[in-house]
Amino acid sequence: MTPSAPRPARDAPHVLIIGGGGTGGALAHDLTLRGLLVTLVERGEFTSGTTGRHHGLLHSGARYAVGDHDSAVECIEENAILRRICPGSFEENDGLFVALTDEDMAYYDDFVRGCKECGIPIQELTTDEALRAEPRLNPATKGAVRVPDGTMDAMRMPLRFFATAKHHGAQLYNFMEVVGLLVHAGAVTGAAVRDHVTGTEGEISADVVVNATGPWSEKIARMAGVDVPIVPSPGVMLAVRGRLCNMVLNRMHGSGDGDIIVPQRALSVVGTSSWTVEDPDDLDVPEDHVRRMWEEGAKLIPAVSHAEFRAAWSAARPLIGSRAGDSGRELSRTFKTIDHADDGMEGFVTITGGKATTLRGMAELCGNVICAKLGIDRPSRTRTFVTLPHTAFYTDRDRRPA
Amino acid sequence: MSAADTGGRRTYRVYRYKRGEPGWRFDMFDVPLTRTVLDGLRWIQLHLDRTLAIRHSCMHASCGTCGVQVNGREALACVTPADDLGATITVEPLANIPVLTDLVVDMREFVARFPDEIPSLRAAEQLPEATPLEGIDAYDRFEDCIECGLCLSACPVSATSDAYVGPAALAAAQRLLEEPRGADTDRVLEWADAPFAGWRCHAAFECTAACPSDVRPAERIMALRGRLGGRGATS
Repeated sequence: MTPSAPRPARDAPHVLIIGGGGTGGALAHDLTLRGLLVTLVERGEFTSGTTGRHHGLLHSGARYAVGDHDSAVECIEENAILRRICPGSFEENDGLFVALTDEDMAYYDDFVRGCKECGIPIQELTTDEALRAEPRLNPATKGAVRVPDGTMDAMRMPLRFFATAKHHGAQLYNFMEVVGLLVHAGAVTGAAVRDHVTGTEGEISADVVVNATGPWSEKIARMAGVDVPIVPSPGVMLAVRGRLCNMVLNRMHGSGDGDIIVPQRALSVVGTSSWTVEDPDDLDVPEDHVRRMWEEGAKLIPAVSHAEFRAAWSAARPLIGSRAGDSGRELSRTFKTIDHADDGMEGFVTITGGKATTLRGMAELCGNVICAKLGIDRPSRTRTFVTLPHTAFYTDRDRRPA
Repeated sequence: MSAADTGGRRTYRVYRYKRGEPGWRFDMFDVPLTRTVLDGLRWIQLHLDRTLAIRHSCMHASCGTCGVQVNGREALACVTPADDLGATITVEPLANIPVLTDLVVDMREFVARFPDEIPSLRAAEQLPEATPLEGIDAYDRFEDCIECGLCLSACPVSATSDAYVGPAALAAAQRLLEEPRGADTDRVLEWADAPFAGWRCHAAFECTAACPSDVRPAERIMALRGRLGGRGATS
């Protein structure tokens, strides 16, 4: 059972979070549970940037088990936590890593060993067992390993963090765009915003401002004159009609284009490709990438090739680049919390990188950094706090200032 | 009309309203032909008017946020191709749900119509020959309803009656009755057996035509009425 959380005291420190994706929502939840006053602003609808657009995979970590143990361990830990704190938000059908070629099979032993080393529970299947579980799988399958992947609702799972934060007193504003940061005497003290609901402008002051804008974080950081090493890295996804599998199907080889099919509602989503752009707002959907999704998807499930098209789209990942003067305070290489005090700018923190599966863990570590800055010694409570259902997001009154 | 006839461009005629303004208006935008109507609206935001407010999230008809009226028909903008809609594309917010701003409607008014918390997961219609692996009783899958509000917008009865609960909520009630999973079915029937619930529908089937996710609300309302009829008229 989730215990109730008291509302923060009126004189508690105030944190302004910029960015209403999964990271911002989870951070709002983390900080309200620690008794802080929280305001979050998002220029569009919540989860409209990168969060809502991903393929909907709840990672087991197996994708990273060869070569990136930190990511793999982080994923399997958060996978178990999310199932506990967001019950009902996942299709808990597990996933298969499927070897189709001799080359894939050459990867098999490393894959199994990597999963074991990272604590990812697996079950090795014969081709017959795999085909009985997933009859549309390519019959040329040479081997398959079952892993605890799952499908998440890419919008409604994060929305539970927003809902819970809101019911604990966080002020969450969508359609409110940051047009500038307020900087006084070497510190960020708030943000100038434009409210697209009312068409008015205003200022929000805060003790700490957090830049949680994913691939947009360099743009926001520049408003304070500091640098964030982010390269927006889009990927293309393809959705076809029909539920062609029930488990998540992954190709057993190193990360590549079109190496995953995630079943979602009555659709099957094939992902993804990867390139880099300057501007995360200006994404196209390259035809050759879409074609590659059709081709690679059909290798896992031949029926993909004659399935009905539903949608093709791009989403920009926040890829972390290198940065001159990295101080070593970065907390993980899968995502970064940057205290810009290191750049001579107080009151300003950037959290970026990561993935939907690790949103809670990112928020916990970022919350630790913020609390340390504010001299607050309260641990995160999000590991065990069961979040409200997504529908609770819609049950409050609109408290937008006129 | 083909793209060649319009020089590959489209005129978007977009409903605009900001809270506090005396009324709404249409703004016209000259936009290159994009893949979808949502891409066209985002192009306007990026290049012509960043104050245009629209809802979107998943980009593939799975989240249900980008519901609008395109040339008078309910649609998810993310899966509505822009190329066969004529030279002028009129985009308006959904009907029968209060407008917050521009193309954004207040979904609290939509969610408030549901009788109870709707289950979000159900057992999949799994491939008949599939045998789930040990430890999985039956494969799960998310419900078809994506809470987009298109059915409510298209419903002619909802256009004349705010009190009517509307097709999405009635379809959700019928889904509960089909797979109760421990829910109190008597309470659901009680709720549905009311003049502004199960009996108010005029069977226009506009909701089923508008639904982007094959929920078939009209057929479900008819099935629900069958159950209410068997219960004896109490309304």
